[in-house]
Amino acid sequence: MTVKILSAGFLTSVQDLGRLGFRESGVSAGGALDQHGLRVANLLVGNDEADAGLEITLGGFCVRFEDERLVSWCGGDFDVYIGATALPSGHFALVRAGEEVIVNKPRIGCRAWIAISGGIDVPIVLGSRSTDLRAGFGGFNGRALRDRDTVPLGENSARAKGWIDNLHSEKIARVSASHDWVSTAKVDSTLRVVRGSDWNRFGAATHRVLTSELFNVSPDSDRMGARLEGPELKRIEDGDLVSEAVAPGTIQVPPSGKPIVLLGDCQTIGGYPKIAHVITIDLPIAAQLRPGDRMRFREVSLGEAYRLLAERNHDLEQFRVGLQLHAP
Amino acid sequence: MEITPLGDSALVVRVRDISADPDDESLRAVLDALERIKSAQIPGLLELAPAYTTIGVFFDPLQVTSAGADPVAVFDWMVEQIHKAVSRKMKSAKRTPRLIKIPVCYDPEFALDLNEVARHAGLSAKEVIDLHHAAEYRINCVGFTPGFPFLAGLPKKLATPRHVTPRKEIPAGSVAIGGAQTGIYPIKSPGGWNIVGRTPLRLFRPEKEPPSLLRPGDRVRFLSITRSEFEHLEQ
Repeated sequence: MTVKILSAGFLTSVQDLGRLGFRESGVSAGGALDQHGLRVANLLVGNDEADAGLEITLGGFCVRFEDERLVSWCGGDFDVYIGATALPSGHFALVRAGEEVIVNKPRIGCRAWIAISGGIDVPIVLGSRSTDLRAGFGGFNGRALRDRDTVPLGENSARAKGWIDNLHSEKIARVSASHDWVSTAKVDSTLRVVRGSDWNRFGAATHRVLTSELFNVSPDSDRMGARLEGPELKRIEDGDLVSEAVAPGTIQVPPSGKPIVLLGDCQTIGGYPKIAHVITIDLPIAAQLRPGDRMRFREVSLGEAYRLLAERNHDLEQFRVGLQLHAP
Repeated sequence: MEITPLGDSALVVRVRDISADPDDESLRAVLDALERIKSAQIPGLLELAPAYTTIGVFFDPLQVTSAGADPVAVFDWMVEQIHKAVSRKMKSAKRTPRLIKIPVCYDPEFALDLNEVARHAGLSAKEVIDLHHAAEYRINCVGFTPGFPFLAGLPKKLATPRHVTPRKEIPAGSVAIGGAQTGIYPIKSPGGWNIVGRTPLRLFRPEKEPPSLLRPGDRVRFLSITRSEFEHLEQ
């Protein structure tokens, strides 16, 4: 079975939890920029958490179904409709054959992730269904989706089938996920950071600027990174650095002094100083930064980053169990 | 050996003093540490990113916690595991470096910056080509884009600064000089290096494992080929 893309919007690509194990070959992990959100959306529609979904950038998206499926989504402040029925984020609903799912332009935020029961069934390349847009492989023919593409779906799971039967009368299920997880776009968002190994190449005044002032998201931001404008971050010592590993969340400071927050498709190594890193739990918020947005950073300890991550994982574990209990 | 956090889900191991052109012994030490970390089956370890004298280690903090680490001390626990892995009694594999021959066509249509490199070196274009393909190179690092090799061993005369404004698009296969290094762009990408030729070889093959033709430690020689040989090999 397939779905037909009627409108691909600004940028839509197939993404799962990323491509691990090939960083040695220069291949970044990529995957959904909000991995937690995709996991949750997948769980809601009875998928494996690692199944592939669609990452939609700035809306303008419309897809038509040819059989019965469960659909869920999470991400920015978008209006999503199944036909004329609004589907709030973090909920799931039945979509019938011939029906369309529409994702309009977001009021706040940048990206949404749609999970469809059965998952997007494109071939696995190097262990993942994610699209590597830069290198042009994986996902749907190694590229972003276009209007009129026909995208293959996997089989509905037993759990999804149970829900599909159950939702013939009420359409939208009453089960939903925590609002924080599925609605991640904020006005003037704050990203929490830990210090980077080059923190001390910058002075105390620059540290204060980084952790207190507002930055603007520049138009040349993409899945590789969010480029920021605003106060310049000045190094107190010059000298060339040798390239070493960078990670999603790394905040690099090029000679212009304008920081770049690296995202999932970032290069594997970089030679700019790493002043700080956005903590993993806040990467979904970073994924919502849209050109023109204002944002700020706040410093936390590494221990705090781990505590927050463990806490969210505990809640996710409860959510998994809760979904099992609700199963029809 | 110094280990520093790279955010909360990765860290960087500095095996030797930071250097963009480590000696053979240092690079061997890095690749040896890489093998040891890889084979130690450290819980939660996801992937590794060696670069020059450092190794990036990516891990899942939740898996590390499940394996027994105190949730707030995941980093310290990983540091201990890596120290253990690297100091383990283990025969270092005698590695004879692979020598890989890469055909390069220095045709002016491909070698967009050959004249600039020649001018900078005070040499003729032919002298630049002769020097470039006479040398033996060593791969210090693969990364930046999929399959991009950073090669040490460029004749000093050929060192040429990067372009101040990078090109928006460099064709796949372009062989280029950036500062004291030479490299090859495996995929079409932006870049600021000086292009001196093009190879018909595919350096990044996503259908293969490993997908990168070249690996750190490999030795490389460039073979000068004609335009018609290039077109023949490209097919």
